[in-house]
Order: sequence, then structure tokens, then C-alpha cells
Amino acid sequence: MSTIDQTTKATAGATTSASSFRIGKLLGWWGVRITLVLFCVVWTVPTFGLLISSLRDKDQLAVSGWWNSLIPTTTTGQGRTGTVADAIEEDGMYVIRGTIFQEGDNRNIDSFGLTAAGTSDFEAGADATTTDGYTFTLDSSGNYEMRSEEPFPEDFDRGQRVVFSAQTNPRFTLENYEEVLDAQGIGDAFINTVVVTIPATIIPIAIAAFASYAFAWMKFPLRIILLTMVVGMLVVPLQLSLIPVLKIYNSFNLRGTFPGLWIAHSAFGLPLAVFLLYNYLTTLPKDIIESAQIDGASHFDIFVRLILPLSVPALASFTIFQFLWVWNDLLVALVFLGASSGESVLTMAVRELNGSRGEDWHIMTAAAFVTMAVPLLVFFSLQRYFVRGLTAGSVKG
Amino acid sequence: MGEILEAVVAIFLGVGGMVLYFWGSNWVLDNFLADSVLPDGSVVKSKANQRESIRPWLFILPAIVLLTVYLLYPAVATLYFSFFDADSEAFVGIDNYEWAVGNDGFRTAVINNVAWIAIVPLLSTAFGLIIAVLADRVRWEAAAKSLIFMPMAISFVGASIIWRFVYALRGEGQPQIGVLNEIATSLGGSPISWVTKVPLNNFMLMIILIWIQTGFAMVVLSAALKSVPDETLEASKMDGANEFQIFFRIMIPQVANTIAVVITTILITTLKVFDIVLVMTNGQFDTEVLGNYMFFWMFRGGGETGKASVIALTIMVATLPFLYYNIRRFQREEKFR
Repeated sequence: MSTIDQTTKATAGATTSASSFRIGKLLGWWGVRITLVLFCVVWTVPTFGLLISSLRDKDQLAVSGWWNSLIPTTTTGQGRTGTVADAIEEDGMYVIRGTIFQEGDNRNIDSFGLTAAGTSDFEAGADATTTDGYTFTLDSSGNYEMRSEEPFPEDFDRGQRVVFSAQTNPRFTLENYEEVLDAQGIGDAFINTVVVTIPATIIPIAIAAFASYAFAWMKFPLRIILLTMVVGMLVVPLQLSLIPVLKIYNSFNLRGTFPGLWIAHSAFGLPLAVFLLYNYLTTLPKDIIESAQIDGASHFDIFVRLILPLSVPALASFTIFQFLWVWNDLLVALVFLGASSGESVLTMAVRELNGSRGEDWHIMTAAAFVTMAVPLLVFFSLQRYFVRGLTAGSVKG
Repeated sequence: MGEILEAVVAIFLGVGGMVLYFWGSNWVLDNFLADSVLPDGSVVKSKANQRESIRPWLFILPAIVLLTVYLLYPAVATLYFSFFDADSEAFVGIDNYEWAVGNDGFRTAVINNVAWIAIVPLLSTAFGLIIAVLADRVRWEAAAKSLIFMPMAISFVGASIIWRFVYALRGEGQPQIGVLNEIATSLGGSPISWVTKVPLNNFMLMIILIWIQTGFAMVVLSAALKSVPDETLEASKMDGANEFQIFFRIMIPQVANTIAVVITTILITTLKVFDIVLVMTNGQFDTEVLGNYMFFWMFRGGGETGKASVIALTIMVATLPFLYYNIRRFQREEKFR
């Protein structure tokens, strides 16, 4: 009875949903794509905006949003004319001529004025009268002319103040990068980051590879207890280690040294490294190791000749993981390198700049992008291994 | 140029030291505990057993030393220091704990941390799951996933700068340079100070971590969803299940374990959040979290070791359930090896 009921129900369900299914699918086709595009846009726009901004002229960046970076920006400026010393006599008139711009300024002036708030009082090229009664005009390329029927008085020695509003054509430049790499110390920090990251990536791999091989294929007392401890350490927060290790570093003068930072990073990366590699090594067939042992090879030979080459995918995954971790780390570097040592890595330098120049977005955007460039390069070229490492650690059970 | 040379030498020393240890110690073992061999090559006395009982320890020694010095000992020492004064000299009993209970900053940090771990793992995982499911149905899946995953490669500091720029504020009437305030003003509103407006600012900071962690959730969940057998899905379609039923009744239960792992992994990351708060607000405007508060006391006035230790232990206590769960899971799996 109940079986028949269920069957009829299922059949009825199938017929009713078949038509709605098609409509749902049609809506779904667009729905899926639009939603996904939206997610992608929201996730990408922040980074994209930073990249575009870092390449913009710093004056334009300060006054217009990056989404307007292809249209001219309006900026205001001010300057002073020449003085009585620059005046010349011409056709019975006394004239001062010149340009209101500093050298290299190539804006297009829209309007100008002669009082502080008067940037739009006169169109470019129009005649204005100064408070002293001179005729003044400023053309769109910044050349001005001031005329007087009488000679300019001797006390006209500070010139006339001129304010203006100008259009600037979009300008893209690498100047911001030059400035942060050179003047803001990001270049040195970049080198320091490389010096910190390379050994701090290779050392834990070597240590973890040997240890996880021993855990996976050698027999010794305490094996399970030690391995369980490693697994427990996977979640121990870094914060718990900082104070005691800093005390050790202070007493051995390791604080502020690169080797100190290498070893700290190596140690903090070890639990994950051992765990990942152990999981990988235990999936290798037992036979290959046993047959090598029968041939008289020692565990050291087996490890170096046989296991290491086989483990390249797992090693690559962890390498990328640890590389990105160390490169992107701030906390460990702040505590163990310390601001006092005078050396800083990229994250420290950017954090420092954020405090002192936080509103100078031409500096912040370029500096931030310099720190991101290498990780992004690594990410996009080796994404496969990175993903594999991530999923290996998580998709279990 | 000198710096680069120094760097290269330093790198060689660091890496070379490592190679030297493993190769050297094994060479020593093989040569000092060598078999006694007659000139004709026959072994008189094999010491292979001795060698192979020592070798594992050579293999794991560096790892054990580092883990002991950098993780095991510090855990105990931090507990010890938490009962001592700022310089770890005078025993003060539970003074530091009492201080924490009555301290406003500590309370704010705890409340905020709870909010962080309640919101960030859940939203990251939910977004990750949605994107994983959606991306599975389009031909540009790989490209879409790359874009969502990209923030995982960026440092928390870099991500914070990116989002500070999104939140950038210019006075009313001026052209906005931050995307969010441009949207706010073009919808007719006033520009908002996203980073200082309590309690909104806490959420604005969480968005940064959600933005980073969603990619992680997506990648892991996507792999799990793809491993749901096609037969199961086909069978449920034949039985008349619609897309939503298939998703909620068939797929979600199949990946429930993975969802749990993803949530806990993100939760542990969230618990330790530090860089984002340091860069965005340094804990001002009621945004303090334990990670940043610990850092603050660690260096305040030459270092308040006792207080900072208590804060570190608070983070540790919060991770204990996961530590226990991890170990249990590992032991279960070990049994089946």
C-alpha cells in the first residue's frame, strides 16, 4: 500500500516539476551567470582600483576616483605674476608677461580669478581688472599678461596673486613606484623580505621532509605520541609562543637578526609541513620501500633517492604555502625583527607608511602593490599546487 | 649591491647548514657504526640494527627541537608568566586574570572576537559554497575561481590597504575617491566614515577577512562537491527532485564534514586576527580584538608580560575544543592505516 502511494506521489511530482523545472532552469541559466559575474566583480574591483590608482598621477589620484581616471580631472591652483622688475615698456604701455605654471605643469586652464575663492570668476582669455587697476588676462595654457598705462610702482614687488581652475588630461606614470621604492624604503624592505623568505621556506621543508619520512616509514618508540603532538600544534595560536620566544631571543641577542626570524618561521611552519607531508608519504605504496630495503639501501638512501623525487608535488604545495605565509607575515616579523633593528620587511614597511603617510594614496597604493606583486605572480603561475595543498589538508573525513 | 651579496651569502649559509646537518649526521652514523668487513667483502659483524634504531632520531631531531623550543615550551612558559608581574619577576597570583576581567579593553576585545568568529567563518563558508556551486555550471569556471581565490595570496596588510582605499572618505561635496562612498553619495546619501562609525566599523573590518577566506572555502568545497558521485545526482533527478532539493537534501549532507572542517579552519584563523585591526584602526573606535590587544600589552612600556600572557592564553583556551577534535580525528584515522 505504502509502496504504491510513494510511487504515485513520485510520478505526480515528476510531472508537475518537469514544466517548472524548465522555467527554473531558464531563469537559472541567467541567474547563475549574473550572480557569478557579480561575485567576481565585487571580489576583483578593490584590487583593480588599487592597481589603477598606483599608476595615476599623484595630483589626479588625490582629487578624483580611479573609475574616473580616463577623463580629465579638474584641479585648482594658484600662482603669482612677475613684479615690477619684470615689467617692460611696449607701444606706450607697461607690460608684465610670463607663465603662471611651475615647470612641467601642462594643465589646461578653464577659468581664473584674482581673489582667494574666485577660481571661476573669469573665463580663460578674458580681461580682468586687478584691485590696483591693471588689466590682467590669463590664457588656457597658463600665459598671463598684465598691462598698465602708468609705469608699475616700485612697491609692486610681490606680483599679483592669481587663482585658477584647470583641466588635466589623464596621466599614467611609474613615478609613484619610483618614489616608494627609493625614498620610502620599500626597495630595501623588498630585499629584506626576499632574504627572510627564501631560507624560511627551504629550512622547514628540509626538516619536515626528514621528520615526516621517519614518522611514516620508520619504527621508533614514542612515534605516535610525538606525531599526535604535532597534530595538536596545528591549531596552537602563534600568540602563545611570542613572549617566551622573545625572552629567549633577547638573552641570546637573536632579536633583530635574520637567522632568528628564519628559525622562528621554520618552527611555526613545521606542524603543517610535517602533517601535509606525512599524509602524502603514507599514501605511497609500502612495497617500493620494502623492496629497496631488501636491496640493502639504508633509510637515508631510500629517502634521498626514492622518496624525495616522488614527493615533489607535496613538497611544491607546501613550498608555496610557506612562501606566501612568510612573505605575507607581519606579526612574527614585528616581534622578532623589531622596529628598533632598523631593518624591516615589506609588511612592516607598509604598516609604518600607513601610520605616517596613510592619506597619501599615491604612496600607499604603490607600496601595497609592491608587497603584493610577488605573491600574485607566484599565485597565478603555481595556483594548481597551492590549491592541491589546501585541499589535501582539508578534504578529509 | 652589497646588501644583495650579503643576502645571497646568508641564504647559502642558512640552507647549507640544513643540508650539512642531514647529510653529515648520516655520514657519521654510517661510518662510525660501520659493519666490520673482511678484505674480501664478507661482513663479520653487522651493526645495521644499531644504525637503524638511531637513524629515526637523526631524522626527527631538528623538528622535535624546534617544536619544543618554539611551541611546546612557550605554551607552558606563557602559562607560568601569566602569574607573574610585568617583568616576570614577582609572583602576583591571579592579579593579571583579575585585571583582565575588570579591564574595558579586554572586554571589548572578547566581545569583538566573539562577533568575528560568529560572522566571518559563516559568511565566508556560505559565499564559498554559493560560488562553488555556481561556478560548477559555467564554462569559465577556472577563471571565475581564480579571481575569487586571488585574495588568499595577498597579505593581510596588503588587503587592509586595499580596503582602506575602498572605504576612503572625503568631505561632503568633494569628489569621493573611495568606491564605497562614491556609491553612497551617488545614491544621494552622505559620505560615511566606515572605519570609525561604531559598531558598523567592526563589520567593515570583518569584510576584509571574509573577502580573503571565501576563496579558501570555495576551493575546498568545490573539490568536495565534485566528488559527490554523478549517479547519486542522476538518481535523485530521476526520482523527481528539483535543483533546490538536490542541493539541500543530497549535496549538502554529502559535504557536511567538509563544511565543518572549512568552518573550523576559518574560525581558528579568525580567532587570531591581528594584522587587519592593527593596520585599519589599531584597536581604536571599539574595534579591539585579542590578537591586537595582546600585541599592544606585549610592548607597552617595555612589555607587560603578565597581562599579555593572560590575553594569549584566552586565545589558546578558545582553540582547545578544536585541538581536542583534531587529535581525536587524527587518532581515528591512524587506526585505519
